[in-house]
Order: sequence, then structure tokens, then C-alpha cells
Amino acid sequence: MQQNFRLIARLDIKGPNLIKGIHLEGLRVIGSPAEHALRYYEQGVDELLYMDCVASLYGRNHLAEIVRSAAENIFVPMTVGGGIRSINDAIQILRAGADKVAVNTAAVANPQLITDIARRFGSQCMVLSIEAKQITPQRWEVYTDNGRERTGLDVVEWAKRGVLMGAGEILLTSVDHEGTRKGFNIDLLRAVTAEVSVPVIASGGMGHAEDCVAAARDGGADAVAMADILHYKRATVGDIRAHAKAALLGVRDYEQA
Amino acid sequence: MSKPRITVIDYGLGNLLSVQRGLEHCGAEVLLTSDPEAVVSAERAVLPGVGAFASAMQSLTAYGLVPALQALASKGTPLLGICLGMQLLLDESEEFGHTRGLGLIPGRVIPVPTKTAHGETQKIPHIGWNGLVPAESRRDWTDTLLQSNRQGEAAYFVHSFMAVPTDPQHRLADCFYGGQRIPALVNRDRITGCQFHPEKSGEVGLKILRAFCAD
Repeated sequence: MQQNFRLIARLDIKGPNLIKGIHLEGLRVIGSPAEHALRYYEQGVDELLYMDCVASLYGRNHLAEIVRSAAENIFVPMTVGGGIRSINDAIQILRAGADKVAVNTAAVANPQLITDIARRFGSQCMVLSIEAKQITPQRWEVYTDNGRERTGLDVVEWAKRGVLMGAGEILLTSVDHEGTRKGFNIDLLRAVTAEVSVPVIASGGMGHAEDCVAAARDGGADAVAMADILHYKRATVGDIRAHAKAALLGVRDYEQA
Repeated sequence: MSKPRITVIDYGLGNLLSVQRGLEHCGAEVLLTSDPEAVVSAERAVLPGVGAFASAMQSLTAYGLVPALQALASKGTPLLGICLGMQLLLDESEEFGHTRGLGLIPGRVIPVPTKTAHGETQKIPHIGWNGLVPAESRRDWTDTLLQSNRQGEAAYFVHSFMAVPTDPQHRLADCFYGGQRIPALVNRDRITGCQFHPEKSGEVGLKILRAFCAD
């Protein structure tokens, strides 16, 4: 039974906009990241996760600005990923007010970056972001560049290696489930959580409040990343928290001010 | 009424922006400095910090901030250490060998237990929101920085080591991790350390920062 199960709002960013896709593709503009982030903070979200989905140099600069202005009125932890390729990129994002960086593509290209970030800022700061596509019923392949590029790496093996190299947390996105509202990929979660000792964030597929209970109970996840369900106002963070609590999941007690 | 002035000690480590924004949100005027003289003459000071204990002490030493912080504490200036900044307040740490700390609150920094109270392996670092409860030596939080907080309210923790004061009276609040108590807030005279991040704990943390600004 997890204690302190976390409810995380995931904001995918392209340029100045909050966007949402399906299978990380077919991106639609949702609106202003600042407005949505503040709404989730006021609803009592446990953390925010910003992912730059074009990961260009320009995009990243935008992202630092978005994070810097969020830090003015949002006082919960922020994880930022997308386009972080070096220690210097990590420094820029952390200086803008982020607490952790999420690294995917650059970690695959240069796994030493995981160790370098963990040594410099502590492993709690280094989130390994893994985009997983199912290849057989019990095997998943690591993808990079928002589910576009194959790597040939096995997800479970890569997760284990990432933890050995210093990752303090894993953001595990099922590309197959992402944006589909059909629930998290429980088999994928279970395969990874059974093999690693660090917290795992389930991402991709949250359709209903009960999906987070399944991610925790059946998948062994420590947190869920939610996007579509919040962006389209199908539920508030408070609704989801109340549901999780009613299901006796250990979530933070939060009373709206 | 003039704004409370808070000196945030910048010794090259950590996310100062969030601490600064949190204090400003609570109405404070924030001065970031690594100048020992400015630290000694501070009205109130905050010692932030993330990362490793030994490199933080090296950095504080290199800036000449160790004697400055000790002088500030002996003057009775309110000082708030956050996360690693809390751990630095104690005598020494076991992280990567033994390293001496600032020695402002007697005690040691030791690893968060890797096993739960029932002997099961638990995840390290301890990351996430966890409820604050009065330490065993306390009935409540009257006349402390936690006076506006309800028991059980959750704050955000990220740490692998924990600061354990020798004198239980110096423990104000704990949290439970794997069924075991972890010091969450320690205090001696005007010196306070919190293991969690008040600047990342929503309204629960802002209440503590507001109390510190008014202390």
C-alpha cells in the first residue's frame, strides 16, 4: 500500500501554449499554461510536470519563461522536461524555479548525463522520463522524441540501468495509452515497479478518477500524471483526490483554503 | 508597517528563486547575499540548500559564512534552515563519511531508515507530501512557527538523510515514514530548521513562512 500517493498535473507545452495530443501526436492547443497551472494549484494538485514536446532550443527558452512566471504564484514542486541535453540546460531550468528535471532523449543518447545530473543536484532531482511502446504482451520498447524514434532498448532494462546510474524517479509514459482515456497500462507499470526501487509516476491514459487507484493498487505506481482529464475539465484535482481517499488510497489531506 | 526584511543566504547551491518568491508572497522584502557581513547584520535569515552536506559546508566555508552564521545565531537573530539548510544546523553528518556542520543545534544527520518499522525495504529518497504531527516531547504548537498549522497537514519532503537533535525538546514536529518518526521541524531559541520545503508545500508552507516573517 502506497503512502503519499501523488496527483500530478502534466502540462505539455509547445511554444507559449498548453497542448494535448493522442499517443503524443496530433497536438491540439488547450490554452494558457499559466491559467491552467494556477487552477490546478488552487485545486490542490501535489506537483506540476511541464514537458516541452517540441524540445527545440527556442521551445526550451519559452519553457524557462513559463516556469519562471509560474514560480511567482505556485508553491508546489515543479518538474520540467523536454530538450534538456546538458548540465547547463538543467541549471537554467532549475534556476527558473524547477525542482526536478526530466530527461529522456538525451539520457538515451548519453546515459552519463543521468549520473552527472544526479551527482550535481542529487538523485531526487533527476527524473528519468521513459516513453514506452508495447511490442509484445509483456515487452515494451523505449522511444524518444515524443514517441517518434525507436531506440531498441527494453523499457524494464533501461529503467533498471537508469536507476543504477542515478535516476531518483521514473516518469513512465505509455505512448499506446497516452491521450486515449482508457486507463493506465497496468502491465507496463507492474513490470517496471517490480524491478526498480525508486518512485514511478504513471503517465498516459488517465480517463477517470478510478484509474489512479488501479495505477497504485495494481500497477504499484507512486504517482499519476494527469492531463486530458484536467485540461478538458472532466474532473477537478479535488474530485480525484476525494475518489482516491474514498478508495482508501494514501493521498495528501488537502482542504481548499 | 514596514515590510519584514529577510536575508536569504546564497552560497551557490539550490533553488533560491522559489524560496525568494515564497517569502515575497508572504510580504517580505528579500535580500540575496553571500556576504558574511550582510549575513551577520541580517534582521532575519534563511539558509536554503539542496544537494550534499559536505559540498555545502565546503561552500559555506569558502564564502566565510560559517562564522557569520554562528555569530548571527548567538545574537538571537531568527534563522530558518530549509531542507539541507536544516541539516547544516546540526553538529555533524554521516553522509559520505563524517562532516562537521554548523553546530547550532546539537545533533546528528543520519540516513533515513531503509527499512520500514515492519522490516520491509522502503524507497529512498523520501519524496512526497507527508503529514506533520507534534514531536513526542510536544503537546501542540502554541507559540511556535507552526501555530497556524493544523496537526496532520501535509508538507512536501525530498530527502535521503534526516537531522536528529540530541535533545528531544528541540524537536517540534515529525512526520511518519514507513511507520517511523522523522524530524520535520526542529527548533532551538530563534533557530529553526525544517526538513520539508515550505516554499513548495502550498498554503501549509506559506503559513510557516508568514509566521517566520512575523517572528
